[in-house]
Amino acid sequence: MVDEGLLSWLRLLLPWEPLWPLIATFMLVLAIYVRGLGRRSQLSDMPGALGFLTGLAMMYAVMQTHLDYLAQYMFFVHRGQHLVLHHLGPFLIALSAPSAVLAAGSPNWLRAAWQRLAGSLPVRAIYRVVQQPVIAGLLFVGLIYFWLIPSVHFDAMLNARYYWLMNLSMAIDGLLFWWLMLDPRPPGATPVTRGIGVRIAVLCAVMPPQILLGAWIALSRDVIFDVYAVCGRAWPISPMVDQQLGGLLTWIPAAMMSVLATLVLLRLHFRNERARRSPTPYPATSEAL
Amino acid sequence: MNTRPLRLISLLFLVAGLTACGESEPPWRGHDITGVMPELAYNLVDENSELVSAGAYADNIRLLFFGFTHCPDICPVTLGRLKAAIATLEPAQRERIRVLFVSVDPERDPPAVLRRYTDNFGERFIGMTGSQAQLRELTKRYRVTYGYGEKDKNGFYPVSHSSAVFVFDPQGNARLLFNQSLTVTDIAADLERLIDAGATVETRAKGRKAVAQAATGAGTANYP
Repeated sequence: MVDEGLLSWLRLLLPWEPLWPLIATFMLVLAIYVRGLGRRSQLSDMPGALGFLTGLAMMYAVMQTHLDYLAQYMFFVHRGQHLVLHHLGPFLIALSAPSAVLAAGSPNWLRAAWQRLAGSLPVRAIYRVVQQPVIAGLLFVGLIYFWLIPSVHFDAMLNARYYWLMNLSMAIDGLLFWWLMLDPRPPGATPVTRGIGVRIAVLCAVMPPQILLGAWIALSRDVIFDVYAVCGRAWPISPMVDQQLGGLLTWIPAAMMSVLATLVLLRLHFRNERARRSPTPYPATSEAL
Repeated sequence: MNTRPLRLISLLFLVAGLTACGESEPPWRGHDITGVMPELAYNLVDENSELVSAGAYADNIRLLFFGFTHCPDICPVTLGRLKAAIATLEPAQRERIRVLFVSVDPERDPPAVLRRYTDNFGERFIGMTGSQAQLRELTKRYRVTYGYGEKDKNGFYPVSHSSAVFVFDPQGNARLLFNQSLTVTDIAADLERLIDAGATVETRAKGRKAVAQAATGAGTANYP
């Protein structure tokens, strides 16, 4: 009996729809990061490691465990999944500034390949465009709106290919956005390291549209997303309750992430200022890229 | 000279209009899922306690619906709507349709219960069910699911299930998805169109067969 129970719990850790390339990517990143930690063996890496590994584990869990099944058949779990993929997970990963550890853990061939890729002109050009603050903000909000257009949402939940396109686009955009927002280097260090003020402005600008969308979903009197009735829900729950919970998840925690990021940026700003004023340079950027 | 671009543009519009008239078909009333969902496949037990797979009722248009006989609303309403739509068709057309009612509540829906239930809707309706593993496999195939609620004092428990009807053509290809917003007229119109399309394919195939036979016949005639 105990074994049965344990087995059924373990089964919850298995992917509902295994995406092998995705699992391989996660495992590779994890291996490189842990190797990097070992090679550097610095105590100061530990807080970052906690954030990075938590973010990575969360993103993996919502895509490749039983949580993904629930996200396919419950609107509010789906909203929670996107909160993790687009906000929480990438936020923690970007906050941990993992570049140094990842670089230390990478085998030489991978580091060389990465440098070649990141140095190539088209990649740099595309990166600069999508990381332009206004475009990055529009992409961030635009993707949330796009996948919640009822007819688009209907197709995404019914068609396996669109479903993964939706989830991966949210994850990649989340990483890009929070990477831009939480870049710990002093502003101007690279062409895409923006001023703190600009970043706070973007964080404020993306808040109202998310609040508006979440409130509209939570306060709607009709069922907006009928695909969950079409596909059946994971357990019997009132469609309105499901929708209200999903609306609240789109509304409150999503907007709160902007507030949190603003606090992080203010701290970064004060640290940079202190470093600029003090005669001996404060090692503000030692943990950065 | 000046009218030349204008004439060219009007010509382009004319061509575009002609091709549009020639190629585009009116949209289906239901949601088109051709190519999105896999072809029909299942291993279940039917209302006569016999093992059935997708080979059964081949050559029929099959309407797959997941539910349970204790369902208070969606199942009877949906099956009633299908019954009404089928009733509007010609008798010969009705013969081409099968409604597969798959109960996702095998505990309360043994074959005998299923048969009594589907008999209420007519002879084109067949009840089916299976083990949890079989049902999970089938529902996952069509990206739908089901779940059970808590039992009340009378032992009654609610079941969440898909509210959609999946429509498969006689070849077993997934074609349409009927959701709750469709009317009886909408359903009947789509079914009729599918039957006609099937009939055309069949006539063409028969025609081809006849031509092929004639050709081989002619061939064999030369070499007795």
